[in-house]
Amino acid sequence: MRIDCKHVWQYLSAYIERDLDPELREEIDRHLETCEICSAVLDSTRNVVILIADDRVFELPRGYSERLHERLARALEMDA
Amino acid sequence: MAAPDSAFESEYIRRILAGEKRLFHDLIRPCERAIYLMLFSLLKNQADAEDAAQETVIKVYTNLRLFRGDARFRTWVLSIARNEGLGRLRKLSARREESLDSGLEEASGDFTPAILTSWREIPVAALEQKELGEILRRAIEGLPEIYRNIVVLRDIEELDIRETAAVLGISEAAVKVRLHRARAMLQKELAPRLKAFAPKRKGLFGGRA
Repeated sequence: MRIDCKHVWQYLSAYIERDLDPELREEIDRHLETCEICSAVLDSTRNVVILIADDRVFELPRGYSERLHERLARALEMDA
Repeated sequence: MAAPDSAFESEYIRRILAGEKRLFHDLIRPCERAIYLMLFSLLKNQADAEDAAQETVIKVYTNLRLFRGDARFRTWVLSIARNEGLGRLRKLSARREESLDSGLEEASGDFTPAILTSWREIPVAALEQKELGEILRRAIEGLPEIYRNIVVLRDIEELDIRETAAVLGISEAAVKVRLHRARAMLQKELAPRLKAFAPKRKGLFGGRA
């Protein structure tokens, strides 16, 4: 059976997660070898996943950790 | 940050409960970024997220005795953070007479990705530019709540599928479906825009020399 592009797109996230059974994965790999569009969609999806994992995208407010631990220290003291 | 192993966690918890309260600072430290991001994704406001994060950490401390070792500590902490955030949202929405359910329903229909063939490389270096971070943040913040949560936990904080399911109180299958849809939405929204940030040189993926 040959799978089509729409079929491949359904499994992209699972493909990135390495959460596919080996036969399906192989089939998708075969499709990707010849399909420029699907391999670009896969690459860009994977790139989006890599980019949003970067700590620079979501920075914590300056002083967040210090304020948190100060408040916590006060709470711990009260819990005598 | 990589989560500390559960042996470290249970040893710390035992000692804290036995009276070494100050160790709680070290126990919670590896979770504090995830707590904030979880709350920010719900409350969408820095000051509220920070306040809720402080409240969460204190709740974790006062309820530490209730922690069962069968879940990961981080999972437990994040579900407390989530409850804190949802509680605040409920109060806000009661005030605004808005339904919390809006935007919560599962999206259906086709997830046709953005088709492009020229952007292949990861423009990680471009993250130095504020603009790229802004585009990514806005795309994530624009996702419906049920997808935003999944992205924050799985793709930003890198919890595994099982932990993500435990924090949100949904099945692993539901996590996978939502994760897939969330990534498809992000790809569609972001891929065409990120193209502009791709490195100019050809490389890696067999681009023409």
